[in-house]
Amino acid sequence: MGASQARTEHPYQDLMDKTGCNDMFGSKEDLASIPALDNNPLRKQIITAFFDKRNQHENQVGFFEEIGFEQFVMVMSHFRAPTLKTSEEEREVMRKEKLRFLFNMHDTDNDGTITLEEYRKVVEELLSKSGALGLEAAKAIADAAMLEVASTNVPHMAPDDFYEGITFEHFEQILKGLEMETRMHIRFLDVDTTTMRCGKTTS
Amino acid sequence: MPTGSGWLSPAGSGRSLPGRGLLLLTVLVLLEGTVFRLGAASTPDVSGHDTKDHHKATAIGHNSTKKAFPVLDLDYGHIQTPFEISLWVLLASLMKLGFHLIPRLSGIVPESCLLIVVGLLVGGLIKIAGEKVPPVLDSRLFFLCLLPPIILDAGYFLPIRPFMENLGTILIFAVVGTLWNAFFIGGLLYAVCQIQTGNSSELNGLGLLPCLLFGSIISAVDPVAVLAVFEEIHINELLHILVFGESLLNDAVTVVLYHLFEEYSGVGTVTVMDGFLGIISFLVVALGGVLVGAIYGILAAFTSRFTSHTRVIEPLFVFVYSYIAYLSAEMFHLSGIMALIACGAVMRPYVEANISHKSHTTIKYFLKMWSSVSETLIFIFLGVATVDGPHFWNWTFVTVTVILCLVARVIGVVGLTYIINKFRIVKLTTKDQFIIAYGGLRGAIAFSLGFLLKEDHFPERNMFLTAIITVIFFTVFVQGMTIKPLVELLAVKKKQEAKRSINEEIHTQFLDHLLTGIEDICGHYGHHHWKDKLNRFNKKYVKKCLIAGERSKEPQLIAFYHKMEMKQAIQLVESGGGVKMPSAMPSTVSMQNIQPKKLPPPKTVERALPQLPKGREEEIRKILRSNLQRTRQRLHSYNRHTLVADPYEDGFDKFILKKQKIIELENKIKEMNNYLTVPAAPTDSPTMSRARLASGKETDFKPAQQQKESKICPDPQAFSVKPDSDSVPIIQVDLASPQSPDTVNVMDEFRRADQEENQGLMMRCPRGPSEPKKSEDTEGARDQQKLMRCLSDPGPSADEDEDEPFLP
Repeated sequence: MGASQARTEHPYQDLMDKTGCNDMFGSKEDLASIPALDNNPLRKQIITAFFDKRNQHENQVGFFEEIGFEQFVMVMSHFRAPTLKTSEEEREVMRKEKLRFLFNMHDTDNDGTITLEEYRKVVEELLSKSGALGLEAAKAIADAAMLEVASTNVPHMAPDDFYEGITFEHFEQILKGLEMETRMHIRFLDVDTTTMRCGKTTS
Repeated sequence: MPTGSGWLSPAGSGRSLPGRGLLLLTVLVLLEGTVFRLGAASTPDVSGHDTKDHHKATAIGHNSTKKAFPVLDLDYGHIQTPFEISLWVLLASLMKLGFHLIPRLSGIVPESCLLIVVGLLVGGLIKIAGEKVPPVLDSRLFFLCLLPPIILDAGYFLPIRPFMENLGTILIFAVVGTLWNAFFIGGLLYAVCQIQTGNSSELNGLGLLPCLLFGSIISAVDPVAVLAVFEEIHINELLHILVFGESLLNDAVTVVLYHLFEEYSGVGTVTVMDGFLGIISFLVVALGGVLVGAIYGILAAFTSRFTSHTRVIEPLFVFVYSYIAYLSAEMFHLSGIMALIACGAVMRPYVEANISHKSHTTIKYFLKMWSSVSETLIFIFLGVATVDGPHFWNWTFVTVTVILCLVARVIGVVGLTYIINKFRIVKLTTKDQFIIAYGGLRGAIAFSLGFLLKEDHFPERNMFLTAIITVIFFTVFVQGMTIKPLVELLAVKKKQEAKRSINEEIHTQFLDHLLTGIEDICGHYGHHHWKDKLNRFNKKYVKKCLIAGERSKEPQLIAFYHKMEMKQAIQLVESGGGVKMPSAMPSTVSMQNIQPKKLPPPKTVERALPQLPKGREEEIRKILRSNLQRTRQRLHSYNRHTLVADPYEDGFDKFILKKQKIIELENKIKEMNNYLTVPAAPTDSPTMSRARLASGKETDFKPAQQQKESKICPDPQAFSVKPDSDSVPIIQVDLASPQSPDTVNVMDEFRRADQEENQGLMMRCPRGPSEPKKSEDTEGARDQQKLMRCLSDPGPSADEDEDEPFLP
């Protein structure tokens, strides 16, 4: 494992010991069996993200069958928050990491761009709990969003050009107003370990 | 009466100097009249005496002839009170008007300072005129009439998301910070008084409890002053909400401390038991206030569900329920401010989903108007009361108070931030801390509380009042004036005016769900978990009860999307059909660049489009109609000064000019990139005319009227239009071209809307078939003008808050 892995593993080493999780973390079914996730419209994507090799920062593609604690922690490390001591460059790196994570969640076929179809799927999933009404609107919303990305990033296109999809740079560009490094975080470092449970147990 | 003309100096540009001079002159003249009237208020019998004397003289002169019939009589006493009130309000408004005519002045000096100065002048003039200054800042008047509009305005438009995100921080500042301030100031003042025992006898008798009472009065940050000053400096949202939220929530602490110390000042001691009861009382006051407010908020939301037939009185419900909530809380000595905030914040998402658009505008404007007038009056009264109030100046006391206030504030903020930063993700930097400390302004609430003290219980009352006024003047003048340059100097982050894009909205939602999911996997019940639970509860139960009709099921993303496209449609239409690009960057990207290329479908295609369920169509039309006049720009509405004027009024000349170019710009319209998909009416009702981009490709969707092509276009359906090329129907702005019947359609539809639903789109546009052979200019111009008139609405600027649901 790389240096970054060592850095994130350390604070979790004792966590792992305390919670008594074993090395073999689990398969998709284990994660999917968490009841609290049932209400989440993004259930599938979240679970898939844990098994996505791209999120392990090792330049591999594809999916795992089972993940261990290290892989779990690697995915969770995307949700760290910056501290007062984080320098500007480190914040940049963090932001890129988190945006990359989101990008990977959208870009399911791993061609480096989010096509219109993929984006439509994203919006459909978001609205999936809203019934038939949502599905009709999802297409329009996705198209609108796509158009917005295109017009922001590539302002002058001839009528016959075709905008293939949202690349990572464009993705960064449209989301730079959101300050991802502070928004996308979970406070799980402060958490009392008694409330932490492994994904395997039924909560 | 001194005239004002000699007073005018050639300041500013000479361009409108005569006009400005004239207005100032008028203002001053009115001022004099006001002063005399207000001064005469305390001697209402003057005029009565005059007439009596006159009659007596007449009687004596004419030797018992009967009184002459009074053709013209003066009876001031009859109308005295309402007249005075109106005069004060008029004075306040004229002052506000005057200040904004002098641009440089309002840039340097915050309005609150100017108003206090005006108050001082008025008070001085009244005194010089020999009349008794009316007790304008009578606490009842202040707390029951002047304060509620400001607080309701703040509560109704409170940006919920940042408030909730920072609630912990705000509460710590409000509760712990105020307690610290009160005890620090009170305790040290007592110590100073004890030290002074030998020197000055006045401070001798000051016990600990009166000192603590004074400390609790002076320690609270004032929402009125904070609003007044922060509005003008456009600081970033986080700092604004921190200081402002603190000023709102510390009311509970102030109420409890005030009552506690006031009760026991007479007795002289406070036991531990009393302290303990005080803590319980605090919880009761705070939570009780919030509960009362929430109950009334829910009542108001529920009432608004049934107002679809009586749209005119909708705003009334909002105002009355809120005011009753405030009064009910005050009745039980609970925190009225918190009740008002809770009421406004709770009712808003549901009420806004239920009421018509015009009601929404009305509520917004009335709240802004009342709060503006209230604030102005408060500051003027502060000035007047300063001149009037019995003062007792004690150098030691006053200077020590001022210094202690500053010191306590700084220490409090720094200390608390150190603790808070351990728990925050977005840490507060030193710059932030400075602004928070510096922004702790005191205001009229402190003064009114001091005014409420009874002289017999507190012989030092006058000294207290003097000190309070000094502190207020210091904070408002010194801190208020210097905070703006300091913000510039320290390069504090300013408010972002960026538009909220649909991508950001999608990803905000996405992140919410993602983070909730991750938390669930961890088994950790964090913020997102509870927020998500509350959202689901809201959607499942509460919305169904409180929102009428189909809107209750509308997902938030779709609601946001509707609003956005309406705004875009209005913008496009009003910009003359496409000259002005809606997005900041001109772009030639349009839908066909995005859609994957497919074979063009055969021209003559029968489209059997699925029918939308009837209810949904109705609802879509309702949404469209009620939203069609919504706003353009998006600014945070807690800035009172930026209610943007209707662009129509400003830019009408531009439109006239533009109409010339419109015909030749049809080609440019074709390049328009817009993704708007306005749903249209079902088949059996006239086509909803939409703004139309004539792009002329297959992806166009032409309305049913244009049966010139062989295409049979059945109902222009909203989101379920599925032409074969799988493209999305586009909103097309083509009002410009008089040839298209669409121009007529717009007005047609509006007229029909008017007939059908009576929903406030008042237009009297003639319905006539457009004759393409008519001279294009006049036709286009007239239609254009009529359309502009149709669509213009003195709508306030949109605010982000509108688009945020209850718990985004």
